[in-house]
Amino acid sequence: MILIRRLQTVMLRSLLTSMIALRALRRNKLRSSLTALGIIIGVASVVAMIAVGNGAQARIESKVAALGQNLLTIFAGSRRSGGVNSGLGSASAITLADANAIRMEVTDVVAISPEVSTSAQAIANGRNWSTSVVGESPDYLKIRDWNLDSGSMFTDREVRSAAKVAVIGSKTARELFGPLDPVGQTLRIKNIPFVIIGLLASKGAGMGGQNQDDRVIIPFTTAMKRVTGDKYLRSVNVQVVSSERMEVAQQQIASLLRQRHHLGAGRDDDFNIFNQKEIADTVGSISRIITLLLGAIGGISLLVGGIGIMNIMLVSVTERTREIGIRIAIGAQPGDIRLQFLIEAITLSLLGGLIGVLMGVGISQLIGLVADFKAIVSTGSIILAFSVSSAIGIFFGLYPASKAAALDPIDALRYE
Amino acid sequence: MSAQMDTPMVIQLRELAKTYRTGEVDVKAVRGITLNIHRGEFVAIMGASGSGKSTLMNMLGCLDQPSGGTYLLDGVRIAGLNRKQLATLRNRKLGFVFQSFNLLARTSALENVELPMFYGMPLVPLREQRERAVAALKKVGLGDRLGHHPSQLSGGQQQRIAIARALVNNPDVVLADEPTGNLDTRTSIEIMGFFQELNESGITIIMVTHELDIAAYCKRIIVMRDGQVISDTLNANRRHARQELDILNQAEKTAKLA
Repeated sequence: MILIRRLQTVMLRSLLTSMIALRALRRNKLRSSLTALGIIIGVASVVAMIAVGNGAQARIESKVAALGQNLLTIFAGSRRSGGVNSGLGSASAITLADANAIRMEVTDVVAISPEVSTSAQAIANGRNWSTSVVGESPDYLKIRDWNLDSGSMFTDREVRSAAKVAVIGSKTARELFGPLDPVGQTLRIKNIPFVIIGLLASKGAGMGGQNQDDRVIIPFTTAMKRVTGDKYLRSVNVQVVSSERMEVAQQQIASLLRQRHHLGAGRDDDFNIFNQKEIADTVGSISRIITLLLGAIGGISLLVGGIGIMNIMLVSVTERTREIGIRIAIGAQPGDIRLQFLIEAITLSLLGGLIGVLMGVGISQLIGLVADFKAIVSTGSIILAFSVSSAIGIFFGLYPASKAAALDPIDALRYE
Repeated sequence: MSAQMDTPMVIQLRELAKTYRTGEVDVKAVRGITLNIHRGEFVAIMGASGSGKSTLMNMLGCLDQPSGGTYLLDGVRIAGLNRKQLATLRNRKLGFVFQSFNLLARTSALENVELPMFYGMPLVPLREQRERAVAALKKVGLGDRLGHHPSQLSGGQQQRIAIARALVNNPDVVLADEPTGNLDTRTSIEIMGFFQELNESGITIIMVTHELDIAAYCKRIIVMRDGQVISDTLNANRRHARQELDILNQAEKTAKLA
């Protein structure tokens, strides 16, 4: 009974003490808001930076995912002649036979598409348009996780017969046919007529920024025989059964190709294998580091804000030494004084935290409008920023508050 | 030496001493004071600066701990109490009136007077706090100034708020440290009038002053020098503030008429 009454007293007194603290803050409006500004900026930057980092990360990851699922791309190695490096795919190293061997011997490969490509002028509907012409297998759309808006993909039979059929990108279609449905129309490449049998769904810019929607996909056999005349492949796209098997498949393909190309020990590969998972992992870890870095920058400003609070609270304690002396003389317990100043500090930082979260969310939305990705405000970062700011209030408020509580009433009353 | 031997003792000092260490030198501010103060007394403690009267007052007010001897306040031994216990004791048993008023600035008269109850344990219900504060302010003639801030009031009025604050928790002893030091003669007489009224209603008052004509309003005068009591006498020629004020008012009236 006595205990409950004591508890009631303590709670009521804490409430009244908070009111005193709030009143003191209201009296110094300018100073209080400037002090809180440090925390506001800190919290806002933590929230916004993490949101921007997360948004960028998600954006990059989606780009990598858009390359296709569990994708390995085997490029012919670079060709050097007299110190001039002509870049990937320039060497004439990978043949159709290599691609067939990969399909037959590497068991984890579930889909494969030999690729040749060239730039050519496409003519149709009385217009012409320079586009990239790519030879692929019917597996290509599955490998790249790509859908058709209308029509269908060519078949293995059409590959075998080197049929003059094409599937075109949305950009190419728009340039040549405007709003008309291109499926069933004919377009000419190098004076060869191709029947358009499918229209690709729009995929947007790729990892390198090139427009993936501006292309004409034809069977690789047709491309090699009639368009490019190449005997060699530019690359081979391979889909592996699962992400766990990626590494094994990559090693098997590499050793198979080395064997087929008669590369002895000590000689460099004449091909390169790009592992989509590796790229995704690398990109993911880079963007995580960036997010962490951005968060850390925000965290530092939060710390600076906390020091600002401590500074102002120390000034406030000195200024109000006499008031503290009066309160102690009249019977305030040290705990009452400590609580009063602690509540001031916590109120400042919590209020700053609240405004900071709102501002951080606002800034994230603004950045989302300007940038080509959406800033993702996570509940976690809000909770983190909020709890850190209140912890800062307690941590940086405790020293000034304890200093106030430890004042000697006689000295404090004499203080001018 | 005591004016009211028939009432119980509220303050008992036995060989009370206070020594400060400043560097290498010990300063003996109070050296062995023994005296009793009974309930209902009105005591002036006089002495030049450095006589130890302020140190004695700080110890009586439980703001400072003695370094020797014993001090019993209303039967409670002060030595060995911690800061918290001393705070509780000050809150319950003592009322303070200072030379420089020591009111909270930018806080209304009413809230200043409520302050001792705010720190009381157990807490006085808020409504009762308000009623008691209003009653105390009415008692000192400031019933119409409840919402005023100290800066809006004269020195005399501020000191009256301080007196109301000192009384509101029904203390055993009111300690006044040069309460008229910052006031003009007429206001000083008014304040002393309040103290005399309070004392007549049974409140024990101990006042430090260096002015003989202010000490003359008290019942008992203790004089200190070099940390010791050199005289402790009943005041035979006691001044009465009420009468003096009546005479003053009368004189002013005639002056205006003339």
